[in-house]
Amino acid sequence: MRWVIGFGRFWWDFIVGDSIILAVGGIAVLVLGLALARAGDGSAAQFVLPATVVGTLGVSLRLR
Amino acid sequence: MLSGALLLGSSFLASAVEMVEALTIVLAVGLTHNWRTALLGVLAGFVALAAVVAALGPSLVHYVPLNGLRVGVGVLLLIFGLQWLRKAILRAAGLKAPHDEAQIFERELAELRGGAAGGQAVDWTGFVVSFKGVFLEGLEVAFIVLTFGTNSGRFDLAAAGALLAFVIVGATGAVVHRPLARVPENAIKFTVGLALVSFGTFWGGEGIGVKWAAGDATIVILAAIYALSAAAIINLLQRSVPPLPAVGGGSD
Repeated sequence: MRWVIGFGRFWWDFIVGDSIILAVGGIAVLVLGLALARAGDGSAAQFVLPATVVGTLGVSLRLR
Repeated sequence: MLSGALLLGSSFLASAVEMVEALTIVLAVGLTHNWRTALLGVLAGFVALAAVVAALGPSLVHYVPLNGLRVGVGVLLLIFGLQWLRKAILRAAGLKAPHDEAQIFERELAELRGGAAGGQAVDWTGFVVSFKGVFLEGLEVAFIVLTFGTNSGRFDLAAAGALLAFVIVGATGAVVHRPLARVPENAIKFTVGLALVSFGTFWGGEGIGVKWAAGDATIVILAAIYALSAAAIINLLQRSVPPLPAVGGGSD
């Protein structure tokens, strides 16, 4: 049981760390990119992905 | 003769690109955690890779969902890299203490009381990052060798190109890791954060079907975009918020 809790805590720290915004934002970046790629707008995704990453970082720092 | 040399060269170059990506991740873990952790991740990555290649052989290309793996590794690197970059930005802007000796002393004391081996203890976060980098890039090298070998009918030359790349990239890593260790700690962590976010965006994007126009060179372009953005954010933070007094420096 202790091992399971430790394992869960490890992944929580790894993924969430100090800011849950970064975890949610990191997933949202790829979900948005997937939606664009599926819509056949792969070239737009090339610009949207990095812009969303920078936006996520900015929001997490703004709401620190 | 010429086609053989071309095959060897193509396999070498394609494999070298993937291996440099893996080396970057391993160096990042070694420099920021410790070399024991980084090398343990490399070893585990090689063992897992050898097991997959031995079990599936040439059918590997059909059975391993490379894109799914890219998304998984990409999202984790992206999130992990963003966490590092955020801390490095806060430190660079003077909003987080760059080094808190008291906190570090307390943590090391607690580790020693807990029986850990201090600075050389295996850091499992670093291990996972190192393992994933080696495993994913190793799989891509295996795909390159299998694809080139199958298409040309010369597995020996395709494998020789990859082996040559492994020797050269590995030797380069062994040479550069010492000078890199002298770079200031926060600069290293800032650079590592940039590298992880760039790799994460690139791999994650590839996995979901984004076709990067600049190919592997996109990683460098992304790193430049993120570096400029981070510099702009640091500048904005320094102007808008007065620096806080030194509070806990954190572990990363």
